[in-house]
Amino acid sequence: MPVKVANEWLNSCSGCEIAILNLGETLLDLLPQIEFVHIPVLMDHKHYGQLGEKREIDIPKATVGLLSGGLRNEEHLEVAHEMRKKCDILIALGTCATHGGIPALINSFTNDEFLEYYYSTDSTEPGAKIPDQGISPLLDRCYALDEKIDVDIYLPGCPPHPDQIATAILALLNGETPDLPFKSVCDTCPAIRKGKGNITTIKRFTENPEYDPDKGIDEMRCLLEQGYLCAGPVTRAGCAGNDGDAPRCISARVPCRGCYGPVRQDGNQLLDMLNALASNGIDITSIPDRSSLLRFSGAHNRLVPSIKGDK
Amino acid sequence: MGKTIHISPLSRIEGHANIDIQLDDNGEVASATTHFNSIRGFEKYVQGKPAEEVTRIVTRICGICPWHHHLSSTKAVDACFGANVAPAGHMLRECMQNMAHINDKILHFYFLAAPDFIMGPDADYKVRNVIGIAQAAPELAKKVIKMRQLGQMMMEKFAGKVIHPIAAVPGGFSKPMSDSQRKELIESTKTLLDFATFSMAHAKENIFPAYMDDVTTLGSITTGFIGTVDYHGALNFYDGNIRLMMIDGSFQDFNDADYLDYIAEHVEPTSYGKFPYAKSWNQGFSMDIDNPKGVYRSNCLARLNTCDHISTPLAQAELEAFREQFGRPAQHTLLYHWARLIELVYACEKTLELLMDTAICGKETRFEVSPKAGRGVGHVEAPRGTLIHDYTTDENGLIEKANMIVGTTHNLAPISMSVEQSAKMLIKDGHVDETILNKVEMSVRAYDP
Ligand code: SF4
Ligand code: SF4
Ligand code: SF4
Repeated sequence: MPVKVANEWLNSCSGCEIAILNLGETLLDLLPQIEFVHIPVLMDHKHYGQLGEKREIDIPKATVGLLSGGLRNEEHLEVAHEMRKKCDILIALGTCATHGGIPALINSFTNDEFLEYYYSTDSTEPGAKIPDQGISPLLDRCYALDEKIDVDIYLPGCPPHPDQIATAILALLNGETPDLPFKSVCDTCPAIRKGKGNITTIKRFTENPEYDPDKGIDEMRCLLEQGYLCAGPVTRAGCAGNDGDAPRCISARVPCRGCYGPVRQDGNQLLDMLNALASNGIDITSIPDRSSLLRFSGAHNRLVPSIKGDK
Repeated sequence: MGKTIHISPLSRIEGHANIDIQLDDNGEVASATTHFNSIRGFEKYVQGKPAEEVTRIVTRICGICPWHHHLSSTKAVDACFGANVAPAGHMLRECMQNMAHINDKILHFYFLAAPDFIMGPDADYKVRNVIGIAQAAPELAKKVIKMRQLGQMMMEKFAGKVIHPIAAVPGGFSKPMSDSQRKELIESTKTLLDFATFSMAHAKENIFPAYMDDVTTLGSITTGFIGTVDYHGALNFYDGNIRLMMIDGSFQDFNDADYLDYIAEHVEPTSYGKFPYAKSWNQGFSMDIDNPKGVYRSNCLARLNTCDHISTPLAQAELEAFREQFGRPAQHTLLYHWARLIELVYACEKTLELLMDTAICGKETRFEVSPKAGRGVGHVEAPRGTLIHDYTTDENGLIEKANMIVGTTHNLAPISMSVEQSAKMLIKDGHVDETILNKVEMSVRAYDP
């Protein structure tokens, strides 16, 4: 008997679902063992019945639920509760679901501040009223899933690497709990670290680091030690997949920005990074926008309207 | 009033929308409203961020077309900082832009749209999807999945990240391409080009002919169009003028920096998404399906209508045949799928052309830039339409003000109109069934919000 799987996307960009499709042939191999009962990106199962006649959301029962995106409006909340009710094992898929992700940057502003701005940009008809009919009212801020419903498995990543999605699904098919390591991005990064660099201030990424393009990452000096803010030390590993490649951004010679969220589910990337920098004698006021260290993990009340920019 | 039908969620599309169809006492469609239900506020929360960081934040607007946001945003930041772009960096960006189009078109055509054509609009929803295709036509499905995977992985291997990319930077690109990478990419692109011509021929022979009635009626409306053309009037996904075409086929070309003179956004009480329209036509805005005002469409059909020609041979031949059959501008909504395949051929040919030039392997891919105050507008053609990012920075190069018009929004008015048109055409005497409702959705999937 194939295992029933349901998927929904909430305050998401659909990148997590594209990561599922990026399983490619692995997905084809998995198909005989799983049966999708609800997955809007691929399949036309409807919330209100196939003829739109029901009054309440109805998602079929499933063993495994994959839920991407955080919670931003009342419809998201309703769908999340229904998924929780109908799925035996609920996976928070992606950093939006586990920590709020990029959309939780909105938590630095009140709804009024942002709606007024959005409906009065230079291209918008002057005097536009804020829409309010037949659309779902906003929650007061953007929430991670576990602030409102119970989550069984956390699978962060923006998006999660397809290898990790496969690992998790395969483990569940075998009746096991997926074993995802708690390592940092630095732990998987081959760049050369010499210990304390001689930097005291942080550079912006408007110039290129030094490296020889004909040589591997293992011959490049760590970007942080070159003075670029790299969130590798405080970010959970996984983006490189199972093949032992370099972390994805580092392989393009670009510093990590923390998209997998903190190393531990309840860690705080901002505090941990400031500590790490300060203890290496780096002036933390040289970071142009410190709240950006919470760029992927602004839910759980980490970002609030009073913490907007920097100072 | 009669009953209300809620179609929610719209499926096999990218994005969050639903439809309410209201029937009157006689069972006729009184109204059909498409609600675009997603609002996240990127314009607001990029404020105060260093502009060079914003290029890797706005990618999360869409996980299907993150490259186009990344590139359009990087072009806007270049303009804010007055940056020159290193020639090899420019080529690499343009190459990634075209590669990303290849993957998107395979995804959209085969995964999102084709189930309606291959399994049929009346097939049970349980099999009317790519998994159903995998069972009914395993060889085709396998090929499609392999090709999409090839396209995704070639970008990831070279540029680090394929979903939510990071490699385009103000002043250029973060790393050079080696000659061996170039050769490997050429081989992969050739494979994809073969697949593109196969798809084109396969669809023209086996898919479209069976649905010609639907193609010429379903969701049909008459509007203007928007797209980007280079300085010779040829289709271009990366650079050039924006061309706004009126219903009669006449057009205005303009520079992206002047977009505010040509486009405005209307707000409806029933959607979070705003509705762009042609301000420069001076007719205001109306979604009346018989007499629309200011409404134009974006995405592949729009681009093929607006361009004078295509610079690559196989796609140009397809365009000529297409124009012969459907005219210019072609209006039928389901022709979007046909146009999508022509663009798939073009994107492969164009990528190959860029890779054949060894200058793409130039070692200097990035000029150093300094953050400063300025205003910059950047645009590219995203698969779903002309994508505009407009930023103003302060003296530290932090974002002060931002406005974005994403590809899909240009199509929100036409999508709403096509939904209303198809609902009114198909629902009679209160009779609705799954096939009818799926056909209403097919008129959305042509554009894909
Ligand atoms: S975690 Fe990232 S990829 Fe997934 S929905 Fe959120 S923004 Fe998109
Ligand atoms: S480059 Fe970044 S991820 Fe790699 S070791 Fe240095 S700080 Fe860690
Ligand atoms: S290097 Fe950091 S920002 Fe880049 S993909 Fe990995 S975790 Fe995400």
